[in-house]
Amino acid sequence: MPSNKSVSDAPITQFINCRILRDNELQREDLWVREGRILDPEKLFFDEQGYADKRVDCGGSIIAPGFIDVQINGGYGIDFSQASEDVSDGVSFVAKKILEHGVTSFCPTLVTSPPEVYHKVLPQVKVHDGGPHGAGVLGFHLEGPFISAEKKGAHPEKYLRTFKSGGLEHLMEVYGSLDDVAIVTLAPELPGSQSVVRELSQRGITVSLGHSAADLSQAEEAVQQGASFITHLFNAMLPFHHRDPGIVGLLTSDRIPAGRVVYYGMIADGIHTNPAALRIAHRAHPSGLVLVTDAITAMGLPPGRHTLGQQVIEIQGLHAYVAGTKTLSGSIATMDMCVRHFKQVSGCSVQEALEAASLHPAQLLGISPKKGKLDYGSDAGQSRLHLYFCLPAVRAAVVPPLCPQRFLGC
Amino acid sequence: MKLIILNDYDQASEWAAKYIRNKILQFSPGPNKYFTLGLPTGSTPLGCYKKLIEYYKNGDLSFQYVKTFNMDEYVGLPRDHPESYHSFMWNNFFKHIDIKAENTHILDGNTADLQAECDSFEKKITAAGGIQLFVGGIGPDGHIAFNEPGSSLVSRTRVKTLAKDTIMANARFFDGDLSKVPTMALTVGVGTVMDAKEVMILITGAHKAFALYKAIEEGVNHMWTVSAFQQHPQTIFVCDEDATLELRVKTVKYFKGMMHVHNKLVESPPSEPKKN
Repeated sequence: MPSNKSVSDAPITQFINCRILRDNELQREDLWVREGRILDPEKLFFDEQGYADKRVDCGGSIIAPGFIDVQINGGYGIDFSQASEDVSDGVSFVAKKILEHGVTSFCPTLVTSPPEVYHKVLPQVKVHDGGPHGAGVLGFHLEGPFISAEKKGAHPEKYLRTFKSGGLEHLMEVYGSLDDVAIVTLAPELPGSQSVVRELSQRGITVSLGHSAADLSQAEEAVQQGASFITHLFNAMLPFHHRDPGIVGLLTSDRIPAGRVVYYGMIADGIHTNPAALRIAHRAHPSGLVLVTDAITAMGLPPGRHTLGQQVIEIQGLHAYVAGTKTLSGSIATMDMCVRHFKQVSGCSVQEALEAASLHPAQLLGISPKKGKLDYGSDAGQSRLHLYFCLPAVRAAVVPPLCPQRFLGC
Repeated sequence: MKLIILNDYDQASEWAAKYIRNKILQFSPGPNKYFTLGLPTGSTPLGCYKKLIEYYKNGDLSFQYVKTFNMDEYVGLPRDHPESYHSFMWNNFFKHIDIKAENTHILDGNTADLQAECDSFEKKITAAGGIQLFVGGIGPDGHIAFNEPGSSLVSRTRVKTLAKDTIMANARFFDGDLSKVPTMALTVGVGTVMDAKEVMILITGAHKAFALYKAIEEGVNHMWTVSAFQQHPQTIFVCDEDATLELRVKTVKYFKGMMHVHNKLVESPPSEPKKN
């Protein structure tokens, strides 16, 4: 029976026979969607006397909010840090492919680069919503160049920078524009970082601590100035020490301002973080855990050798090595693998695993009322709502409201 | 009166649901002939609603040509508040069946002119051809709907201030906080329910036993408003053993002895091609 069109002419789709992740639990409820928004069916019934135009049977699958990947450097041969002419095509290509992993929004990440690269790449991609064509872009994640030489990891040393006086202005010279930037990773021990952290936070940009040799009090100071994220916890920072826990200590610090949460990125691919370490972090601060892929160009490519830029990479299973060596060259895990792995090694519930990849990153970026949740009024459109993934006893369904069903098998 | 006594809550709920199902099926509702049903809220009818939903899901019953009129609604509680009677009916009944929204009627406790809303509700009932079967419950103080002790037995739909007993009984739905419970409600009158062709009252639990005793073994009294139905030609009281605890043994034996006759009313209808 069609809706009586008193509020809107748009068709209403009702997903039945499903479990919805809502209010931190899996509920046996139908999901109602119209024009990309999730409807309150009770309001629809009493106010509009409306019904579904179309019913989709989900076969008992879970409907969960789409995953949000806040750290992804590229994939399928595309490298976001390359200053090419068609950056936006590359971003769109990756955006479409990662839909298959359940990712519906992401932050294309640029590693430490010279100013020319930022000036060329940043203006080519704007924040935009996704759709059937691909995941939405929430803004760039600029990982560097204001990071520690000691903890640079794979970042090129010659492009590292320190803050000159004039803090934010200098940053603007390097990056060119901050209009479509969602996250900046920096090392807080660099002199002059405090005012930068404060000003970036005030502009609504998420400041993340990473590639840093900061001690705990420097990290806490940065949090007080507005920093709210830790880039790939444990990696590229001082290891936990019982007399100075360093950045890792933020997970249980008592100097975090009231009402604020420090989130931390976790690469749960089974390779970059030992499962025991993952469990320690999760148990210490479960509500701050944000799953990230930190995927590199080689993600999504078939096993074997690939030449990517100046490097030759060899993919064996879930590992990507510098060809001919056993040196890891980055992560090639997909987000659904990370969610599955996280659930498996932490023993957490299905909803916690799903929330670590959806609700928590949405809360981190301050977009949680609209994304990361299946509450009434939330975005439900192809880019934002999805479902998914496969656990041994659970089938996954990618069920875009207006597209045919696809299933990811176990 | 028919007094139907079942062993426990679940059996009482099932008996009541089957009775409603059979009434609707026998009526053979259609696009020009709607079956009008009066409905209650609260914990007592939940089991009955679950059963009715089951019959719908099995394809044995459709609500496509059924119109419903709820007994009451709180005043001043937002319609989408989880404890409003709109929410109750949506979550426990409407969302699981094939009833059309325009065929459901629940009083609106948030209009500017409450009495006009009540008058209009009465008119809607009349326009629908009156109510075929009004299902109700009973409060511990013997009230039907929100017709508290002292309500006129010929009353119509109107605004009522709730009795202390009722507010306390309802507090469990508001986190036990008495200050959160609404103090006023719109309710159909005793007279409104008396106008129905048939009335079925569900009563389960020992805490309702005294009210049942007052309602059927004592006189018609406006202090126990359910007693008004002693003067209705077609009343059924469906209860469990616990609810009969205050009745005379003689009454209980008499009606239990009639169960073999009364159970005919809830036999499965002869199988026929499914409608709708």
